[in-house]
Amino acid sequence: MPDTIPFPSAQVRFGSSSGQPLTRRDGFLKVTGAATFAADNHPENLLHAVVAVSTIARGRVVSLDVEAAKAHPGVVEVITPANCPPLALDPDEKHGLFGFRFDALQNDRVRYAKQPIALVLAETLEAATEGTRLLAPVYETEPARIGFDNGEPYAPATVGVGGAPDFDRGDLAAGLAAAAHLVDTEYETPAQYHNAMEPHAIVAEWDGDTLTIDTPNQAIVLSRAAYAAFFGIPPENVYLRSPFLGGGFGSKAILAGPQILCIRAARMLQRPVKLALPRDQMFGPVGHRGATRQRLRLATDAEGRLTALEHHAVATTSSFDEFIEPAANASHNLYASPAISTRHGAVRVDTGTPGPMRAPGEASGSAALECALDEAAAAIGIDPLEMRLRNYAETDPATGRPFSAKALRECYAQGAERFGWAGRPLAPRQMTDDAGRLVGWGMGSALFPAPMFQAEARATLRADGTALVETAAADMGQGAWTALAQIAADSLGLDIEQVEFRSGTSDLPDGGVAGGSGHTATAGSALHNAGTDAIAKLAEIAVNDPASPLFGAGNAGVEAREGRLWHREDETRSEGYGDILARSGMESLEGSGTGGRDPADAEARAMFSHGAVFAEVKVDPDLGQVLVTRLVGAFAAGRIINPKLARSQLYGGMIWGLSFALHEEAIHDRRTGRPVNADLAGYHIPVHADIPAMEALLIDEDDRYVNVLGIKGVGEIGITGTVGAIANAIWHATGVRVRRYPIRIEDLIG
Amino acid sequence: MSLSVTLTINGDRKDVVLEDPRVTLLDLLRERLHLTGTKKGCDRGQCGACTVLVDGRRINACLALAASLDGAEVMTIEGLAVGGRLATVQSAFIEHDGFQCGFCTPGQIMSAVGLILEGDAGDDPDRVREGMSGNLCRCGAHAGIIEAVLDAQKRVAGEEGKAA
Ligand code: FES
Ligand code: FES
Repeated sequence: MPDTIPFPSAQVRFGSSSGQPLTRRDGFLKVTGAATFAADNHPENLLHAVVAVSTIARGRVVSLDVEAAKAHPGVVEVITPANCPPLALDPDEKHGLFGFRFDALQNDRVRYAKQPIALVLAETLEAATEGTRLLAPVYETEPARIGFDNGEPYAPATVGVGGAPDFDRGDLAAGLAAAAHLVDTEYETPAQYHNAMEPHAIVAEWDGDTLTIDTPNQAIVLSRAAYAAFFGIPPENVYLRSPFLGGGFGSKAILAGPQILCIRAARMLQRPVKLALPRDQMFGPVGHRGATRQRLRLATDAEGRLTALEHHAVATTSSFDEFIEPAANASHNLYASPAISTRHGAVRVDTGTPGPMRAPGEASGSAALECALDEAAAAIGIDPLEMRLRNYAETDPATGRPFSAKALRECYAQGAERFGWAGRPLAPRQMTDDAGRLVGWGMGSALFPAPMFQAEARATLRADGTALVETAAADMGQGAWTALAQIAADSLGLDIEQVEFRSGTSDLPDGGVAGGSGHTATAGSALHNAGTDAIAKLAEIAVNDPASPLFGAGNAGVEAREGRLWHREDETRSEGYGDILARSGMESLEGSGTGGRDPADAEARAMFSHGAVFAEVKVDPDLGQVLVTRLVGAFAAGRIINPKLARSQLYGGMIWGLSFALHEEAIHDRRTGRPVNADLAGYHIPVHADIPAMEALLIDEDDRYVNVLGIKGVGEIGITGTVGAIANAIWHATGVRVRRYPIRIEDLIG
Repeated sequence: MSLSVTLTINGDRKDVVLEDPRVTLLDLLRERLHLTGTKKGCDRGQCGACTVLVDGRRINACLALAASLDGAEVMTIEGLAVGGRLATVQSAFIEHDGFQCGFCTPGQIMSAVGLILEGDAGDDPDRVREGMSGNLCRCGAHAGIIEAVLDAQKRVAGEEGKAA
């Protein structure tokens, strides 16, 4: 057994790739239209599928005019509960932690609007679409339960993915009693839908008992097994390709009814089938962020230091399954308080089931917490930044553990400096611009956990001196194709151009989940370990070969760089990888590695990314129109592999924060239960003209504990802090505290 | 009923027989001609992912019936790079990191080409933002996109200046 070259994190020798702002390796494909997204595939003999969805939110489908649909030229088959063969697993059962119940025509019941009630297959998309219209469903309708006050309240057993609903630390009653000031306030956040630009799509093709699917997926190997289970075949019989995702944001990590139906249809008809959801069907069966109602009580002493922090959140879920937006957990780890108490409740409504959506819990919780903290600061009469500094947590408030690294103070300082925060008037409605618009400045703290999951990778050194590295990672826009290749190249001591990176298909080692902002850390660690394993094996060969200039150096006596192994103490002794392999008669040499966290580290330290966001808004005093004019974020997220990509992720998060604060809301008709704005005209997200001047400062942070590479995540943290910063800036501009998102014109006038 | 139309797509003349008058330009490109670079984000004219140039003007291909375009010149993302050489706007998008997932990108790029051809926005960032606002990006790559368009506009203007 070769002993591996020890690479404790403090001594990791980084090559030339990591840390460089390389442009995206998939850039050429993406700007030429050659990047293949799922719906771009068109195997021979393809059928098009369109899902017919319910227009009621609760009840039963009594009849469908299947004959009319079938009579339409080009329609090949109509699948309804009457002729849909059962799946190998019951979709009404929960299967695993990430398993959600879904609707795949197992019966005639309707439990939310936009639920699949039939699938039409045709030779053309036009015919399939028309076929769904001809079905003319007749329903037995029950009243829809929509909104917090009409749903069924209950106490959830878990929140988020398996989290505890309640948390207490310290003596809340004592903290409240000791207070000089008390803020008791309520915030509401709406239902939001992921709406990746690429609607969910799948192309499914069977060959006997093996299945090939092209579908965007955030957890490729995990999903392979799940798809296989629903069709009663072994996982290796499923080949899932997901080289590019047109955005995911959590919604493409989960199996849903439409994809299953498409696979089912392809098996029934023994032809390849393509299904791409129309935009309106993105508002039903494929997840969303549940609405929340949050009550916060912030008790402080006379100087603004928290003596108690209480955060209760109630979130909506579906009538038949559960994902509770863990909003109150946002109060666990950010501000020091001797007493913290959080609770979650739930309300069942007749919509599809929510799921994780970019910063689930952190986003909506932060949206309330950051405003409540500003309410407290205003009541006491201190600056919002000073308020946050007075409540700076030196250790994790929830556990008392030390942080693995925390450069939040530097984020506050550099962000404030860059923004020009100093001199901000305390009172609202003090600043105007030349056009007479009200100007306001606000800020918020950003926080996101730095989790790691499990991943595996393989690295193969080839005789020509290049390498192949493999892991089934998912690139949904964060830049995995580039950042992971950078990590792999460094671990192998190669230039990135010499590294071929295979990813995005289910036949590769499990790359883990692109979620929780932990993908680069997890898959990156696996690749790093695979690379160092390959190098260790190569070193083993060289140092034991009398013909090598490295003979006798000992495994730990060599290092890898520029495609050669070098003697650590004698620079004149080195040998190229290809030469070492050639002399030992090897075509190639393979290393493998896994990514995950040392459980001891995970227990000993609290691991989070931190940040501070500063916002400037301008508000028309007569029309109430809000324009965000500047956003400055400063983030400390461990080691940054590619600053260009990281900045883009942070901007993306901040824009989601802007969207949360001012734009996004799904509105369901209380009578019918239908989403009334199920399109991109009615469901608002920011357009180019809404985007302010933006900056994202990357604050240095050396984290020795998170993982061997010192990497945290940057995908989600940008939302947190930003929502509150904008709402606080609006208060500062207008003096109006709006406690319901999104903040609208009508909240600010009259 | 079938209809025949003749289109010039990326410089190639194509005689197309439409078996169905409901076929949009977008579905003709994607599903029949297999030019899948042009994307479908909404099929309702609300997202811009399907932006192409028709007779030099940018349109939403999902809102145009193919049958109504007899004789038109269509330019899609596949037609921009000539002989493997990227067009100015394309390389600007790579340099300025004007995308993440890349799904809105073909539409953003075609819209940028159209905007620069229109010549109304010039180098005014606010007008470029306004002029690009029909192209949604859910990833939040806006900053890079606008930088790319402004840079490309500058480079194109520079080349024209030289030529003149
Ligand atoms: S697909 Fe045409 S505008 Fe959205
Ligand atoms: S880059 Fe993903 S939608 Fe724009």
